[in-house]
Amino acid sequence: MTTTLPPRPAPGAARDEADAARPATTASPATRVLGAAALVATALLVLYGLVISPADREMADSVRLMYIHVPAATYLYVGCFFTTVASAMWLRRRTPGWDALAEAGAEIALVFSIITLGTGSLWGRPTWGTYWTWDARLTSTAVLTAMLVGYLALRRLELDPAARSTRAAVLGLLLVPNVIVVNRSVEWWRSLHQGSTLVKLDPSIEGTMLVALMVGFVAFGLIFAWLMVHRFRVAWLDQKADGLDLEAALAARRAESRAPTAPETEVTP
Amino acid sequence: MEPIVHFRAAVALLGRFPALAGIDLDVMRGEIVLLRGPNGAGKTTVLRACAGLVPVVRGEATVLGHDLRRNAAGVRRRVALLGHASALYDELTVADNVTFWGRACRARPDDIAAALQLVGLDGRLRDVRVGRLSAGQRRRAALACLLARRPELWLLDEPHADLDHEARDLLDRLIRQAVDQGATVIMSSHDLDRALALAHRIVTLDAGMTADQRAAGTGPGTPAEALRGDGEATTETTAEVSHVA
Amino acid sequence: MWRDAALVAGRDLRIEARSRVTVHQVAPFALLVLVLFAFALDPARSILERATPGLYWITVLFSALLALSRSAALDETAGARDALRLSGLDPSGVFVGKSLAVAAELVVLEILLGVGVIVLYGAEPAGVGLLAATCLAATVAVAATGTLYGALVSGLRVRETLLPLLLLPVLAPVLIGATRAFEAALGRAPADGWPWCGLLAAFAVLYSVAGALAYGTLLEGS
Repeated sequence: MTTTLPPRPAPGAARDEADAARPATTASPATRVLGAAALVATALLVLYGLVISPADREMADSVRLMYIHVPAATYLYVGCFFTTVASAMWLRRRTPGWDALAEAGAEIALVFSIITLGTGSLWGRPTWGTYWTWDARLTSTAVLTAMLVGYLALRRLELDPAARSTRAAVLGLLLVPNVIVVNRSVEWWRSLHQGSTLVKLDPSIEGTMLVALMVGFVAFGLIFAWLMVHRFRVAWLDQKADGLDLEAALAARRAESRAPTAPETEVTP
Repeated sequence: MEPIVHFRAAVALLGRFPALAGIDLDVMRGEIVLLRGPNGAGKTTVLRACAGLVPVVRGEATVLGHDLRRNAAGVRRRVALLGHASALYDELTVADNVTFWGRACRARPDDIAAALQLVGLDGRLRDVRVGRLSAGQRRRAALACLLARRPELWLLDEPHADLDHEARDLLDRLIRQAVDQGATVIMSSHDLDRALALAHRIVTLDAGMTADQRAAGTGPGTPAEALRGDGEATTETTAEVSHVA
Repeated sequence: MWRDAALVAGRDLRIEARSRVTVHQVAPFALLVLVLFAFALDPARSILERATPGLYWITVLFSALLALSRSAALDETAGARDALRLSGLDPSGVFVGKSLAVAAELVVLEILLGVGVIVLYGAEPAGVGLLAATCLAATVAVAATGTLYGALVSGLRVRETLLPLLLLPVLAPVLIGATRAFEAALGRAPADGWPWCGLLAAFAVLYSVAGALAYGTLLEGS
């Protein structure tokens, strides 16, 4: 009543097979171009932000943080948007690509939210003397950060993958509505106190400062895209590695049989 | 005559584990079918699949005319599952529990009352909290919930466990009664003597597949005896299965 | 759907009535939190008085976490899940029923805390209409959101720690709105409280609908 084990493969064969099946990296010509462009844009941003653009009349050099803070905050929302849309699509189509996209969006959004909080906090110090002002945007961002941490915690649970993805998708679907509600209520709340507003996108901003800000948007956009592509690909590979090889699983299951010869059952494809 | 349950090479997944790796099963109306096999063979999963609770991803699977691969949820109202885990709330009384589950599946109040009576829980025990009952009494309460549904297909997962001798007799009686009234029963049980006496047919499962289907005798000294030696059942191809008419 | 909701709400409340967890454990906990706030903030009466709306609603939120956790636990055993799916109950009805049951428990809690706050912090009730409306809207909001998020974490070993992490950021607007409305009602703040109450009502509607729609998916898919 013994089941025979499959013959051991030749030592080199397994490695070669695995190498062929697994790409060495998530990079591709597209991402290399993207990465290069991001580097160039960042260099330009540093140039414009630190050197070329002038210090602000009121806020002196700390205004330079705005060139990072504002784009970071913007792409934070873009990331959340990706997560919500991808979650909705996953619930409809159930293809793993959407699940991977939702995960990537949330993680990158978290990175950007930390940057936003960090730059906002640093700005507050010289301007108002404290590291934290209960500014509307900063407070909303803090709450959003907590939501993203919660979402990622849910994703990391030990659970059957389909169930985990379903729960994460429902949570992700609610992310953008939550953000909208939180932002509105916090803004409304803070508007009752004529307090300090950290970043007023001053409509009169012009000249090299405007250019610097635009460069900031471009640079962060490229960085965001680069990060998203890589993170998505990693998540995608994760899904595939975890994925169900039904034939192998069936073979393993049938091999558990105790009968002398496991009966062959017609498997209709 | 159309079989009530028809499985052909059915594969069902619990998460990513193929609990059923190719089940063949045909059950006619009014039959009592016993599922047997070692632990982990897939008996519970077959029962849950018939209830439309487990997704079938390959092969054919039809229960009471519902294609389980397309619309598993449609079959749920017409079956009842008596599983290992009870769905009874410890803080509520027997009457509360049976009434809740009865009303949830739109059972008539008469049926609910009759169910309690049939299992013998309509007396003093009616208003005792389920948490205070013995395992056997809880089983009987769960059975009452099943009876109240008046299902066409009974799916019983080791129903004789936890029951004393009298209660097992009661259960057997109820099963026979239900079958006389047109229901069909699929059950798994480790109480082989009883189950073999009840069953019309025996299906042996192994590693998620159907290993054997044969008719059961109705007394000792029949093929039933031969089956008691576990693991020594001869493998018959499905072509040689004889169905009890 | 409403019939199923009533059935499930009745069940949850009956279980609560028999086990009396809300009365014997959650309520004392809530009152204890009020007392602890007094220890922390030093009953120089002015601080406590000014902070009363906020302290009240924070206490309500923490107590709600306990009530919601318990509500989720009722239906997370393996047998209960199967039975619920087999029973033919409309999942939206189950959601609404559970939310209503939790909401009822919370209302009782809020009334109790109201008395507590009057006695311990010397608050003077005023603008009772606004207070009541706010309580109602906020309660439904918390109950609906909490029941949905409870389903998201049900059956998990880490349910106890994950539920607060997921739920509290989402309920931040409820805290903000309810507190501002209370402040307005008690005449502390110049702003009008009714718009805040409106915000709470909108939140409640949003989450009631979201929960009713999503509960079925969660019941099946997990």
